Amino acid sequence: MTPQDFKSDQPVRWCAGCGDHAVLNSLHKAMATLGVPPEMTAVISGIGCSSRLPYYMNTFGFHTIHGRAAAVATGFKVANPAMTVWQISGDGDGLAIGGNHFIHAVRRNVDINMLLLNNKIYGLTKGQYSPTSDRGFISKSSPYGTTEDPFIPAELVFGARGNFFARTIDVELATSQEVMVAAARHKGASVVEILQNCMIFNNGVHNFITDREVRAERTIHLRHGEKMLFGKDNNKGLVRDGFLVRAVEIGKDGWTINDVLVHDAHTPSNFLHQQLAMMDGHDLPLAIGVIRDVEAPAYDEEVARQTEEVRARKGFTALRDMILAGDTWTVS
Amino acid sequence: MNNMENSAPARVRSLEKVAVRFSGDSGDGMQLAGNIFTNVSAGLGNSVSTFPDYPAEIRAPQGSLGGVSGFQVSVGSHVHTPGDQCDVLVAMNPAALKQGYKFLKQGGVIIIDSDSFKEDGFKKAKFLTDDPIKELGITAQVVEVPVTTLTKAALEGTGMDNKAMLKCRNIFVLGLLCWLFDRPEESARKMLREKFAKKPAVFEANSSVLRAGYDYGHNIHASVSTFRIDTDEIRPGVYTDIKGNEATAWGLIMASEKSGRPLFLGSYPITPATDILHELAKRKDLGVKACQMEDEIAGVCSAIGASFSGSLGVTSTSGPGLALKGEAIGLAVMAELPLVVIDVQRGGPSTGLPTKTEQTDLNQALYGRNGESPLVVVAPTSPTNCFDMAFEASRIAIEHMTPVILLSDAFIGNGSSAWRIPEASDYPEIRVPYVPEDIRDSWKAYTRNPDTLARYWAIPGRDALPHRIGGLEKHVETGAITTDPAHHAKMVEIRREKINRVAADIPLQEVLCDSPQAETLLIGWGGTFGHLYTAAEELNREGIPVALAQFRYINPLPANTAELLSRYKRIIVAELNTGQFADYLQARFPKADIRRINKVEGQPFLVAEIINGVKSHLS
Repeated sequence: MTPQDFKSDQPVRWCAGCGDHAVLNSLHKAMATLGVPPEMTAVISGIGCSSRLPYYMNTFGFHTIHGRAAAVATGFKVANPAMTVWQISGDGDGLAIGGNHFIHAVRRNVDINMLLLNNKIYGLTKGQYSPTSDRGFISKSSPYGTTEDPFIPAELVFGARGNFFARTIDVELATSQEVMVAAARHKGASVVEILQNCMIFNNGVHNFITDREVRAERTIHLRHGEKMLFGKDNNKGLVRDGFLVRAVEIGKDGWTINDVLVHDAHTPSNFLHQQLAMMDGHDLPLAIGVIRDVEAPAYDEEVARQTEEVRARKGFTALRDMILAGDTWTVS
Repeated sequence: MNNMENSAPARVRSLEKVAVRFSGDSGDGMQLAGNIFTNVSAGLGNSVSTFPDYPAEIRAPQGSLGGVSGFQVSVGSHVHTPGDQCDVLVAMNPAALKQGYKFLKQGGVIIIDSDSFKEDGFKKAKFLTDDPIKELGITAQVVEVPVTTLTKAALEGTGMDNKAMLKCRNIFVLGLLCWLFDRPEESARKMLREKFAKKPAVFEANSSVLRAGYDYGHNIHASVSTFRIDTDEIRPGVYTDIKGNEATAWGLIMASEKSGRPLFLGSYPITPATDILHELAKRKDLGVKACQMEDEIAGVCSAIGASFSGSLGVTSTSGPGLALKGEAIGLAVMAELPLVVIDVQRGGPSTGLPTKTEQTDLNQALYGRNGESPLVVVAPTSPTNCFDMAFEASRIAIEHMTPVILLSDAFIGNGSSAWRIPEASDYPEIRVPYVPEDIRDSWKAYTRNPDTLARYWAIPGRDALPHRIGGLEKHVETGAITTDPAHHAKMVEIRREKINRVAADIPLQEVLCDSPQAETLLIGWGGTFGHLYTAAEELNREGIPVALAQFRYINPLPANTAELLSRYKRIIVAELNTGQFADYLQARFPKADIRRINKVEGQPFLVAEIINGVKSHLS
């Protein structure tokens, strides 16, 4: 299968230069890599710029209502577990109006792949602050700066006992493709946060991290089983510092490559995963790649398993059998 | 089964039907005693109708007025309602007497547990004197039975503690009533055995108490009237007793069997609809997937997702939940997916009266969404009719690719009736609008069946026909999103016409109690049927010719509605709201002389209220 197989005939209507274009391309490629045919794939979104994405997919697609994509996707997957389900939301859609569905989909661990496109702004309504906007952020609805703290999506996922969390940046196509494939292969709710730029209303929001000049120093690409190394020359690493982690330069102050931690995405404890996911590029590099990927029972599979088990045990073939097995009397 | 010959006491009153009201603390087991009495009666061939009247609080203080739980049942022949008033009131304590005596018929009998009629109980029930009978001005026959003492005596030597013994008082009363109404004690015992199948010791205790109650009645029979109750000629078959909410759940399952589409319920607990969720959660044994979601909105949204994936998607709720689901129901209107929304109506607005019945959500069901958003609204008329109308709601949703709102209510949802268990062959096949083979190549998401205007349903995993749908307006032919004015206008018209055409696919409205002399048509809809029918029969018996049309299909109305209304000089619409259906009819049929009988008290109609209402409109 090729990326072309997953493209619809609709013209893509996002602004030129919008990060969503890159995300769409990465998704087409990831789907081709996965090899699940378009007719066995569903893409379900809420409302917002990023939620237009299903129209550009040659799969089953449903552009639903604001905030509710996770709930719609849950029903879809539980009712039809043979399908591979992707759910697309932005930061406003997924974490403000849809916050309740987001945390419960993660907690329930239904097998859907949740892409969270985070540009820290409401774009479609033309520029209001979102639940991921930094404190003090100035927008049309916060002309003097916001007076509230943002969510950090990863922290919400861990708070909801999530088993899969990955992060990528819109312009890092290879990383996006890598984490999308991993998300789809993970059984259960997989959250992928994509740092995405809005050219019009929040241009450069992620520049502190994503600028080519600094990206290698301010990000670390985590891969399961590999040393946690970063930097332009790959000479920096993360080491244990009591309960925390710290960044060191190998060969300096006596630190050697042997001190550098090896990433274990599969360990059930989320203690270290959470620390890694909370790194923000200031004192410690922002983590991209698959941060947590732990096996756990998926809701839709459990529902199906329990249904089959009860069915086999009771042995009813139709409604009437079940009713006749209860309290009845005969009038002749 | 009838042992009347052997045990007929001196004073036997023969009645077409009797109503018994069980009244006690919410922990006294009044619902259980009432249910068993009902089932035993149904087993004798009586028609039955029940009305459980719960307090909103789960456990109000013992003996308090707020904690009184009631269960009224009417048994006999031609029973359509639980009865305006009861022939026998059982009052387990002074508070129960105070709350229950107003429901007693003139000449009725009150049975009290004399052990509970002590100073402490009088105080809790806010009596001013130590003679509550006199204080309430009760002139009816009061049978004082030391229920607590006799229950404990029957359980002597079992080693049960006081609290456990007190829990059996309801079954003593049940035994007494079995004797009083000539119900076979053995049938009641059989039901107790099933109820306590996993607790043999509890069954044995209750069985002894049941016998003690029955024998007590036998021993005192000289002083109390007993009743002989008529039975109906009922159709042979296998029967069971069902509650409306259970019937609703089962009707959906029948629709799933007849359509071959799996059943999915997305729901959130809400009184008085939660029993539908409970029942469907049990029905994993029939392959039903019932998910308790995080909120009302997730309930309907998961159902819509399930529908898109090829299931019969259903959500169940009550009025406040319907309000929350409004936007998502609009999505199902726009996406043209089958969806059944069940609203078991309760008193509103806001939290209102969660355990009480009303018909005040009609306007919300018809109009409670943004934009031009037509859908189908139907309403069951009785606990057993919930089965048929849940089936119908599902059939229409699937065949016409539309959301359907089923307006049940607390009265019929919690009420029960004897029900002849149908064969699957009693119900029609549901024709799923799969994409026809011959148009697969040219098919688009909004290609429609030219007769019904329903779009075809391409099912993921079954049909390799990937397509996109959504809440945005779309091109009439291609289904691609567009804001073109002409296409919007056309799509609005198509969605409206699609619903109108459902009228061709539902039965004509039937009229009951009709006669050439009838110039008045009494109209009701949904759950008030039993009361309206009884009132209409009574009026005709009194020589006042009144015909009755009880609507089950609200939108669209049956095709003969206009003709029907034009046939009568005056129309009287009786409903449990301030006139929502009357307004709806008047707007459609401006020439009709439409009058109203309304009640918004959180309680069902009394038959007498309808009779008096009709008479006042005729005078």
